[in-house]
Parts: sequence; C-alpha cells; structure tokens
Amino acid sequence: MTAANVHAAILAAWRIEQPRLITSLSRMLRDVPLAEELTQDALVAALEDWPVSGVPDRPGAWLMATAKRRALDHLRRGKMLARKHGMLAPDFEREQQAMPDFDAPLDDDIGDEMLRLIFTACHPLLSREASAAFSLRMICGLTTEEIARAFLVPAATISQRIVRAKRTLSESGLAYETPHGEALSERLASVLEVVYLIFNEGYAASRGDDWMRPQLCHEALRMGRVLVSIAPHEPEAHGLLALMELNGSRTAARIDAEGEPILLLEQDRRRWDVLQIRRGLQALLRARELGGEGGFYALQAAIVACHAVADRPEATDWRRIAALYERLNARLRSPVIELNRAVAVGMADGPQAGLAIVEAIAHEPALKTYHLLPGVRGDFLQKLGRLEEARAAFETAAELAGNRRDRDLMQRRAADAGAGKPAR
Amino acid sequence: MRFMYIVTSPKGHVMPNQPLMDAILKIRDREIKAGRMIDDGGLMPVATGAQVKIADNKLSVIDGPFVEAKELIGGYAIFELRDKEEAVAMAKEFMQLHCDHMPEWEGTCEVRAFMPRPPGA
Repeated sequence: MTAANVHAAILAAWRIEQPRLITSLSRMLRDVPLAEELTQDALVAALEDWPVSGVPDRPGAWLMATAKRRALDHLRRGKMLARKHGMLAPDFEREQQAMPDFDAPLDDDIGDEMLRLIFTACHPLLSREASAAFSLRMICGLTTEEIARAFLVPAATISQRIVRAKRTLSESGLAYETPHGEALSERLASVLEVVYLIFNEGYAASRGDDWMRPQLCHEALRMGRVLVSIAPHEPEAHGLLALMELNGSRTAARIDAEGEPILLLEQDRRRWDVLQIRRGLQALLRARELGGEGGFYALQAAIVACHAVADRPEATDWRRIAALYERLNARLRSPVIELNRAVAVGMADGPQAGLAIVEAIAHEPALKTYHLLPGVRGDFLQKLGRLEEARAAFETAAELAGNRRDRDLMQRRAADAGAGKPAR
Repeated sequence: MRFMYIVTSPKGHVMPNQPLMDAILKIRDREIKAGRMIDDGGLMPVATGAQVKIADNKLSVIDGPFVEAKELIGGYAIFELRDKEEAVAMAKEFMQLHCDHMPEWEGTCEVRAFMPRPPGA
C-alpha cells in the first residue's frame, strides 16, 4: 500500500468506528466536548502508528482501546488532582472503581448517547453555523478541512467555531445533558434547523464545486436518519427527513450538463430517484401517523410530495399545493410563502386568481427587493395578454435579480413580452 | 456514494450461528443509528427461488435449487458511505465477525458502488 492508501484506509476505519468511539467516551467522561477531543486523539494515534505497524485486523477494536485508554488516563489524572485537593467524593470513587466495566454492555445501544451528542452540538446557545460544524465533526466524522471545503470558508474559521462552541458548552455546564419531555421537543427544533441548514448548503452547490459541498446533502440525510432512528416518536424529525429525501430525489434532474439549473416543471421526471421518493413518502406518512401533519417540515414535505407523485407536470395537484401553502402561511405569516401560494393558485384557477394574490402582497416591505415578486407578476400579466405591463414587471425583476442566471432569464422574458409573444 | 454488499458462499445457504447472528445484529443496529445503512435483507434458500434465463434468444424458467450455481447469494445490504475505502473497511469489519464467531464459514462479501446518475438532459 502507498502512504496515501494507508492514510485513506485509516480515515475510513476511523470514520466507521467514530460514532461508537464518541458515544462510549462521552458516556465514560460525561463530557461531550472532551470526548470529541479524545476521539480525535485516537485518530492521530492511528495515523502515527499504522503506517509503521500496519493496519490491525480489527481496526475498530484498536481505536476503541486507544480512545478508552486516553479517557481512563484523563479520569485518573482528575482523580489524583481531586485527591490532592481532598475533594474526592465517595460516589465518584465508586464510579472510578466501576470504570473498567463501563464498556461492553453499554456499547450495545448507542442511541441515547447519540441523541445526547446531537442535542449538545445543536444547543440553542451556539450559533447555527457553529452547531453545523460541530455536529458534522461529531456525528458524521468529517474533518475540519472537509467542513471548511464544504462551506467555502477557511479551515481556521471552522476550527475557531468549534473551539468556541466547545468552550461555551463547558463554561455553561452543558457538557453532558439530554433534555427530556417538553424540553426535548423544544430543543429538537434547533437540532432540525441545523440539519436543514446543512442540507440546504449542499443543495445550493452548483456543478464544478468541490465534491464536499453536495456531500453535505448526504451528511444531512444521514443525520436525519440518525434522528428518526433514535427519536422515532418525534413527527417533525420524520417531516424533515421526508423533506430532505424528496428534495434530494431531484438532484440528478435539476442541473443540465452545462451546470445550468432546470426548473421543476421542465425537469425530466424519469431522472428523479424513485427509491428516495419512496423513502420520503414513507417518512411523511410516519410524520402524519404521529399527528404531525401540520408541522413546519411536514407541510413543506407534503408540498414537495405533490410534485414527487405527479408523473408529469400536468398531473400536479395545484389545488392541494395551494391549500398546503395556506396552512404553512397560517403558521409562519410570510409573504414569500404567500407568493408561492399565488403561483399554485395561478396554476389551479388561472392567472387572474393568482395575480389577485400577488397584488395583495405587492407592497410588503419584505418583498421590496425580491425579484421573484415582479417575476411572478410578470408571468401572470403575460398569460393575461397584458404584455406591456408584463414587460415592465420582468424588467424590474431583472434589475433586482441577484445572479446572472436569474437576470438573463428575466431579461429574456421581458424581451419576449415586449415583442408581443404570449406566455409559453 | 451508495454501495451494495452482496454476500455469497460456496457452501450454499448456511444460517449464521447465534453468536455470529448477535454480532451482526449489533453492528446492524449501530449502522442504522449512525445513519449509514439504508436497506438490508437476508434471502430465503434457493429452493424457494427461480431463474428466468435467456439462451438463443429464448426464455426459460428454472425453479430452484440450481445445481450448477457455484456461489449462492445469502443476503445483501445497501449503505450510503463516503468512498470506496470506507466501503471496504466496513466489509472487512463485517467479514471479520464471521472469522471470530463462525470460523468454519467461507464466503465472499462483494462491494459494488451504485452508478451515479449523470446530470439532467
């Protein structure tokens, strides 16, 4: 094996064992940030040892033994220090003696500990960005460099975010706690938010980007699967997984060979990933069975599902989509959602009905610089044959568009409307 | 990347003994909770299956068991993993369990990457 091969093999073995390493250490040390650090130490030890001694037959066992040795060393040091200061509590003494037996039976179920890791990494005290980096490290075993490449920021920024997050947790005494009951549902919201942020960051990647960027979608999906397996009674966890699976199912169809985006209604639906759609629909069903049909993620997933089950654009149930947007808007009160509803209503009941909704939100301050507002308005006007007004709307949209592709599209449509062409 | 693992054995359909079964269930549980295993399944003995063949452009159906088969598929699993290194390491861990718990077992775990879908037309 070449040095590069050995390096790749070590990283692979470490990533496989990493969830169990970190869950075991976290339980031993009752300190999540510290467990994360010692888990990384085990990787460093392997990177030093294995190129010389060869990859062991049971790499997982080697890593686990090494990591546990470090953890025990740490606990012993703590114990000695405590004894020196005469503050060793009797129960801590007992715990220390029991320590070697920590292992085997507890390793069997990593679920509770995994839940604790995710909730710690995504604590509301931390910024969303720090939580994203920290959980990618702890749950998915990504290195700082990989996270940095994925988020298009320098590695130093990521490691700083993680260091700061760990310090915040340790200083706030939050290094080892799992919320229960009501607190769990409340805290789950911030966990889901972080996972969705990671997914969207990967989903926004364009062709030619570093492969680590789209990989974020896979890592987020993985976290979503982790969540539904360890917190199976939380409907919104299933809702988010459904949303990510259903959006992810269109990955191969949403960009053409030149890297240009293909709009939903123009995508070749045969390229959608059927297996992923099936998993998404199953997760959505589970969310409904748990009574979470009206959840933030479940509602969005339900909208995407309307597209996923339509084998051709004309088969789309726009009336249902419009109704789902209405429910979503009732929850969130967002003019952007209302604009989406306008599009759905326009498809279901014609451009006049859609335009009425657009006009009602036209003066919302939040949409003042949002190019899709005049874009959608222009589309309805063009369909109604009000071409001059349509042209003006598309021009406004082109001026507001944030990127070249959107601007080009809006200018093209302005030119079409100006030339008297009816809507396609 | 998505990988398929296909486990075959020249000795035909041999059920894992209890210690091996326990060990397999343990890493299976770990992999589900780690979000990496997407699907898996063990297959019934070949006697319950059939083969639909084409020879000389003609279909024929052969009911199991298939005497001429050299390697028999016992089960499969589908994983979502980073790269081939990770996939091979995972297979090694899985196969090592067989060495540890059922030394008489012989067979192969084939690791195959799913073909990525090219970008849209």
